[in-house]
Amino acid sequence: MARFTLNGKSTQVDVEPATPLLWVLREQVGLTGTKYGCGVAQCGACTVHIDGKPVRSCVTPVSEVEGKKITTIEGLAKNGALNRVQKAWLEHDVPQCGYCQSGMIMAATALLSAKPNPTDADIDAAITNICRCGTFQQVREAIHAAAKAKA
Amino acid sequence: MKMNRRSFIISSAAVTGGLALGFNLPFGPRVVRAADGSPEINAWVVIRPDETVVIRIARSEMGQGSLTGLAQLCAEELECDWARVTTEFPTPGANAARKRVWGDYSTGGSRGIRTSHEYVRKGGAAARMMLVKAAADQWNVSPSDCSVSKGVITGPGGRKTTYGKVAEAAAQLPAPTDVPLKDPKDWKVIGKPLKRLDTADKVNGKLVYGLDIKLPGMLNAAIKDSPVFGGKVASFDGAKAQSMAGVKKVVQVGDSGVAVIADTWWHAKTALDQVDVKWDFGENGKVSSESIAEQLKAGLDAQEAFVHNTAGDANAAIASSAKKVSAEYSYPFLNHAPMEPNNATVLYTDERCEVWCPTQNGEAALAAVSEASGLPISKCDVHKTILGGGFGRRGFTDYVRQAVLIAKQTPGTPVKMVWSREEDMTHGRYHPIMQARLTGGLDEKGNLKGLKIRLSGQSILASARPEALDKGKDPFTFQGYWPQGEHSLEYTIENLHIDHAMRNTHILPGFWRGVNINQNAIFLECFIDELAHEAGRDPLEFRRSIMSRNPKSLAVLNAVAEKGGWGKPVAKGHHLGLAHFRAFGSYVAACAEISVRDNGSKVKVHKITAATDCGYAVNPAQIERQIAGSFVYGLSAAFMQECTVKDGAIQQTNFHDFNSMRIAQMPKVVSIVMPSGGFWGGVGEPTICVAAPAVLNAYFRATGKRIRTIPLKNHGIEMV
Repeated sequence: MARFTLNGKSTQVDVEPATPLLWVLREQVGLTGTKYGCGVAQCGACTVHIDGKPVRSCVTPVSEVEGKKITTIEGLAKNGALNRVQKAWLEHDVPQCGYCQSGMIMAATALLSAKPNPTDADIDAAITNICRCGTFQQVREAIHAAAKAKA
Repeated sequence: MKMNRRSFIISSAAVTGGLALGFNLPFGPRVVRAADGSPEINAWVVIRPDETVVIRIARSEMGQGSLTGLAQLCAEELECDWARVTTEFPTPGANAARKRVWGDYSTGGSRGIRTSHEYVRKGGAAARMMLVKAAADQWNVSPSDCSVSKGVITGPGGRKTTYGKVAEAAAQLPAPTDVPLKDPKDWKVIGKPLKRLDTADKVNGKLVYGLDIKLPGMLNAAIKDSPVFGGKVASFDGAKAQSMAGVKKVVQVGDSGVAVIADTWWHAKTALDQVDVKWDFGENGKVSSESIAEQLKAGLDAQEAFVHNTAGDANAAIASSAKKVSAEYSYPFLNHAPMEPNNATVLYTDERCEVWCPTQNGEAALAAVSEASGLPISKCDVHKTILGGGFGRRGFTDYVRQAVLIAKQTPGTPVKMVWSREEDMTHGRYHPIMQARLTGGLDEKGNLKGLKIRLSGQSILASARPEALDKGKDPFTFQGYWPQGEHSLEYTIENLHIDHAMRNTHILPGFWRGVNINQNAIFLECFIDELAHEAGRDPLEFRRSIMSRNPKSLAVLNAVAEKGGWGKPVAKGHHLGLAHFRAFGSYVAACAEISVRDNGSKVKVHKITAATDCGYAVNPAQIERQIAGSFVYGLSAAFMQECTVKDGAIQQTNFHDFNSMRIAQMPKVVSIVMPSGGFWGGVGEPTICVAAPAVLNAYFRATGKRIRTIPLKNHGIEMV
């Protein structure tokens, strides 16, 4: 049995402790916004926040998140309002196929929490996600726009 | 497709499955209805009572944006309110039942818009005519006395009604036979940089991709197919896997695969790793990258070859030239590696087979379902999801077939089969491997007198669509080198000979974004730079001198040269390179700006200025995204990707050894969308091919080193 807080709700799942958090989220909890892309922490499509930090959930055993606070793409909006990164993503029409974008948005949201006014170099260092469609130009624009939009 | 009354008529066959279209008579009062009961004005347009406009999209959406572009085409003629437009995919089964009323579903070859623009616009125009006629009939006036804007119809005296109010009446009218289209100068929706229609659910995790499909009682399957193409399962021991948590069944899939079916995919995948499979690889198990390279190398000198473009006497012209230049190039196998691994969810019973999957060709997927299930097409259907990338891979249906073969072993229980990334990397339909020898002759003034190109390597059509070969020749091997047509060579060279020694391998080739222009543009555009250098001429001026008969090509080349700063001072340590090509009907060019350090081992691509003339630009904002995105795909390959073969199998298994560009490596892309009108060129693929040769040509100017084999990592060159 694993217990953690997921998007603000206390959650428990009956699953083998070695199961990657990614598959617990997708298959036990039923939240499929977090994507499987590589399973080896390369692509970042599975990025979630654990206690506010961006983590690749495909290589994080569920046993490691016992008692921790997890946020997924489904948990970013508050009372139905998208967060500023999601809004910037809409405004800048960022996604193409969209499959990597959950992870990209989670990474960008974590970056802005840590660095409210990121430089291009900060973005280069923090956003290591693979996007095969090649949305990087819009991703960069949207992150800068989201930084400016902060309250 | 010819648009006439007949093409709007509903066939008498019952349509079952996801889209309940209901019965209808060809004529008469009964209306075809969408799943929610709203009336279908025609196959392309459904109007809901709340004024929502549903536009049917036959082609697949994989990120390229043609879902939005196709809706723009229809909406332009429909004169509806764009803010009320939504879309849906009619199933391929419905298309089959309705005599292909939605035409071709295949989404590849940059054809989504350019080969369907006319009938999609006519679908919108015919619907508008019917809606206006319905209003005019209610008012007892002539349709010509009515006008329409944003779904509001205005009649004589200023009376008004809306599409939603007249939709029921319009749906009962006969389809018009004469459906004129607007003059492009009157377009209001086509040509606008509108935002995509499919973004909202991509920023909140709600969009359901094939990987996210959930059906009641669904099981999950992981599969391992023979690591060597053509190999077979000799035997397997699934006893250990069978005893593991959640496992329901360990099954053979066809003659070449083994799958584990379990409650969750993680359980299935974990158990699959414990299945001991004995394979029979046959002769293919002896093939290696080295043996393939030898096979292709021999083709460079072969007597027999397919000739596709020839003029004058290239041999004589080169032999008598003042200076002869020759070089050999090569291009590797590449995996598509879309972010969403291949998958399909199948519900099979003895009476029906329903499939949910990402596919670039719904009709081909449906045919595969029928064949694998053994059920007729009328008892099968495919529900297309939005794809997590495609790039050509999902025009093939191998994974759909596998999923059906698995689900047949659990009749009545749906099964979702998902490939691991490792399975995806090693079971691709790879970019064809190719070598080339180019030989040119220059006169004493540095003019190009003759050019020969010998290609040696794989034909995609020979394995993927052998019926499309032309007396054994694969014309698509010559993309960009055609004498005329949508892939034409844009240089006028009086003595020319381009041929292909076809050398196929057991590694299955596929259509990889751009297809054969990826290697052909590098071969030609780098060699043109080599010739210019040997002639002591400026690469821009040299190109212009042999392109004068092709003003559209000249225009895109000049545009990137001017905006990219060719011939002007550049930042210290920066160097420029040019490339041009014609493909998929469009004219494209690029000017790359790079710098190098550490003795040429680190390359920074600062900027690429890119121009495209695609005739009509349906959505310039999405075209810009396709250009920038294509450079990520193309430059990832040029710098860091290669699939190699050992003991018959592809060696690369995941992104750690088949890497892809990250944001830190992204150049600034300055797009010049310059539609000259009068033709419809492709967008998704053409620009991909000019990035790599422009960078390679800049690299030569920076270092004096000419790189002729891809990827650059094999030369110790890293993209930073």
